[in-house]
Parts: sequence; C-alpha cells; structure tokens
Amino acid sequence: MKILVCITHVPDTTSKIAFTENNTKFDSNGVQFIIGPYDDYALARAVELKEQSGGTITVLNVGTAETEPTLRKALAIGADDAIRVNVFPSDSFFVASQIANIAKAENYDLILMGRESIDFNGGMVHGMVGELLGIPSISPVMKLEVEGGKAKMVREIEGGKESLEASLPLVAGCQEPIAEWKIPNMRGIMSARTKPLKVVEPSGSDAMTVTERYELPAAKGQVKMIDKDNVGELVRLLKEEAKVI
Amino acid sequence: MAILVFAESADKKIKKTSLEAVSYAAAMGGEVVAVVLGQVDAGEMDKIGSSGAGKVLHADDERLNQGVIQAYASVLAAAADKIGTDTVVLAKSSLGDAVAARLSVKMGAALVSNVVSLPEGNKVKRSIYTGKAFAHVEMKGGKRIIAIKKNAVTPKTDGGAAAVEKFSVSLDDADFAAKISSQEKAKGQVLLPEADIVVSGGRGLKGPENWGMVEELAEALGAATGCSKPVSDMDWRPHHEHVGQTGVKVAPSLYIAIGISGAIQHLAGVNSSKYIVVINKDAEAPFFKAADYGIAADAFEVVPKLTEAIKALNN
Repeated sequence: MKILVCITHVPDTTSKIAFTENNTKFDSNGVQFIIGPYDDYALARAVELKEQSGGTITVLNVGTAETEPTLRKALAIGADDAIRVNVFPSDSFFVASQIANIAKAENYDLILMGRESIDFNGGMVHGMVGELLGIPSISPVMKLEVEGGKAKMVREIEGGKESLEASLPLVAGCQEPIAEWKIPNMRGIMSARTKPLKVVEPSGSDAMTVTERYELPAAKGQVKMIDKDNVGELVRLLKEEAKVI
Repeated sequence: MAILVFAESADKKIKKTSLEAVSYAAAMGGEVVAVVLGQVDAGEMDKIGSSGAGKVLHADDERLNQGVIQAYASVLAAAADKIGTDTVVLAKSSLGDAVAARLSVKMGAALVSNVVSLPEGNKVKRSIYTGKAFAHVEMKGGKRIIAIKKNAVTPKTDGGAAAVEKFSVSLDDADFAAKISSQEKAKGQVLLPEADIVVSGGRGLKGPENWGMVEELAEALGAATGCSKPVSDMDWRPHHEHVGQTGVKVAPSLYIAIGISGAIQHLAGVNSSKYIVVINKDAEAPFFKAADYGIAADAFEVVPKLTEAIKALNN
C-alpha cells in the first residue's frame, strides 16, 4: 500500500501566540514548532498500517525551509521519504492544490492528514484534496482499517460516531483515538538523516484568500471568587450579572 | 442576489447552529434561500423562516437522511447553481466542514471558516490558533463560502414563513462512494457543539462513577456535558465529550468546569465561552485565571449544592 501523509508545521500547543510587524506576521520568537497533533495521529496510523501489511509512507509538507526538521522527525517516526513543496502555505485551497498536484502523479492508495491544522483550524484541506482528485474524503476519522482494497472507518459525528466503508483510494482527516502518537527511537532518528527529502517548487493554483492582519482577544477581567458556603451568590451572579441562566 | 444557506439537520431537526447561519445570511441583507437535505420533522421549516429565510429548497431524497459528505456537496453545488448565487453560508460542524471544502472546489469559491462576525465587503474576521487569536481575511474571486463559528450573530426569530420547494438532484454512484453502515448516537442529550451551557468534569472527579452529579447539574441547567482530555483518554467518558485543543471546541454562553486544572490545551477548547465558572479545590489551579467566577472548594461538596440552588431557581 502506498500512503501519503500530509503534515503541518505548527507552534506547540502550549505556545503563547503573538504577532509582529504591526500585527501582520506571526511572532515565532521562542516558539517551538511541532508536527500538527492531528497529523501526528495520521502518521502514527500510517506506520501501523505499514507494519501490518507493508508498503511505503511518503510524508509531505507545504512550507519553506524551516519546516525541514519537522519533516525529519516524521521520517524518524517511520515515513520512508519526504517531499517539501517550497512555498509558504498561504491558504487551504492553495495547500490542497499543491497536495493534489503531487498526488495525481503518484497514485497513492491512502492520503492521510490531520482533521485540521492547529494554527488556522480550517479543517478544509482533506475535503478539497478529495474533490480535486475526485475521490472520497472522510473526516474526522477516529478508526481506520484497510482490507482488500477497502477502508473501514469510524467517523465522529456530533453526539456520537458512525461507521462507514469506502474503496481506496481516499483521503482521511484523522483524529484521536485512531492511533497512539509514536515517539522516534534512536534508530529512527539515525536513519532519518539519510532518508530522501525532495524539495519541489509549487505548481498551479493561486490562494483564494489573503490574511491582512491579526488580532489578539481582549484580556480577561479578574476572576470573582465566591465562598463555598455561599453557592446562592454564584447563582445570583449568573442570573443577574452575566444573565446566562 | 440571494444567499444560499446549508441548513444541516440532526435527528430530523434543523440544528441550532444552522439557524444561526440563516440569521447570519439574513443580517448580510437580501434574500436568503436555505437548503435542507433529507427528511425533517414537520415544523422545522417554520424555524428556518423565523430565522430569516424566504425560501427553502428541500432535497428530501431519503438517501440524504444520513450526512453523506460527497452527495451533500453535490446537492449544495446544484442549489447554488440553480439560484445563481455567489455566496454560501453554513455553520461550522464536523459535517459542515467536510461538505464546505468539497463545495468550494466545485464552485471555485473562496472559503473561510470559523468566522466570528458579519463580513465587511469581502473581508471577514475569523478565529485562529484555537481561539487564541483572530485573523482579518479577504476573500478573492467573487464567489465565497463563509463557515461561521457559534455565536457569530444574534439569532433572528421574527422572520416570516419560508416557501418550501421540492428540490430534486440526480445523484450518481460516486456521490455515495462512502457508505455509512451504522450510527451510534447519544439519545435525548444536548449536543456539545450546539449547547448554550456546558458542564465539564475533569480528573478531580476521581472516577466515572462520580459523573452523576455532573449530569444532574447539567440537567438542571439544560446543559450538555463535557470532559477534559485525560478523562476521555481513560475512557471515563466517550471521546465526543472531550473538550479541548484536540477535541471539541465549544462556544457556549456559560462553561462550568468541575475538577479541571485548566491546562492550556483544555483552555484552547473553551476560550470562546462568554462566561466561565471554575470549581476546583486547588485555589492555585491555572483555570481560575481564565475564569469569570470561581469557587475554590471540593467539587463533591459544592456541586450538589449548586444543583439544588439551580433547581430552586427553576421552580
């Protein structure tokens, strides 16, 4: 089986978010970048599928040179080779077009990625790739088994889950508990250094949206502490001050 | 030009967040046409009218009773084509996201999700970094799809009646390439992403057997129940209740956190809440810094009292 795993290069979930250049640029000063947590689940499941039934895993990132350590980490976790499309990932459609253009030439059986990136939280790239390639796209996928050219999946829906089935090839946007995150071992880290990482230039479409500037939310006011023996006061505040009950 | 709205249903009822999407489209000005897929209960179309739509296109093909991503995108593309619109509005949801993405490619439309306020021209404000920031985004190329976050607009309730028109679309096998074999859904519960009030529990509750008091408080408030990541990881609660960075992001009017310390990954899922109440016996718990109201005491002592006080208020 030939698997493509698309990963994002995003600030660690504990990062403090700030902007520079008059709120037009993300301030990466002191920020640790990681493989998107949802993408990490997709990669972990790909590694498990390869362990079960063989095949290859290519990991792909649309991003500039600073994302290479993130791609190397994915190689250390178990991908066989990596592709970096050398361009800033300016919007969902632009990224989806880059992925689809590469996938068209390669006939992957499975294209996996996270349900959404944790920086822009769009959750749109998998669906766009599916539509661009004319194949099914399923998200958010919590369980994925492959047997005889078919994928059996469990997808989260509001208030529950649904089971579904589709023939390969397909695109899946993944989330927990599809697999446990994998931590690279020393052998993986050593071998990742020499695994192929191909850099290709972007092709095709333009972005459909332009981000003009960023804004931080207003700071939260001081918390009002209420005595445990005066629960009635909390109820009064919720009713009369917050007006939410 | 009319604006098209994807009115998503669950259990034959139009979702509250979709009614917000209708209200949002109405607030943009002009005619609003909603698309309903699959069968819905009698009376649901009236709610769409009250929210501001003048017309409903009803694709009542029974194969659409389940949310089939590709088929839904095809029906919506046909509806957009039929009314000749360049604008589609929908509420962000696990189905809505998946459908909107495919629809945007079919329509050649710019797509922005997590939109938190009405557009100004072709510019919208959207939530990014899991609620930790906003971006001001311009949509290019004339056609646009706006996926709104909960509470992006005040729901409208004084609209008129919507004219319902049957809408048949010829769908092919490719639209049903992914086959849904079964669904498991919690019955009769308030859905977490839709809820105006959410009551969540964390490890401080010590075990799944203690969830009764969370559920009782939620019931008294008409709230949905949620939980922190460790709780869902330990299988105390199902995954669809996990609120946080890698779980459900909620935006209720009131979020009550019980026995949750407030890790930054949990806060990311709740920071769009209007008001936050934190009950935790550790007065140093970081969650208090993000709260509006706090009680530093044992949940087992405070929560039953709070439930009684709410019940007394309801009576």
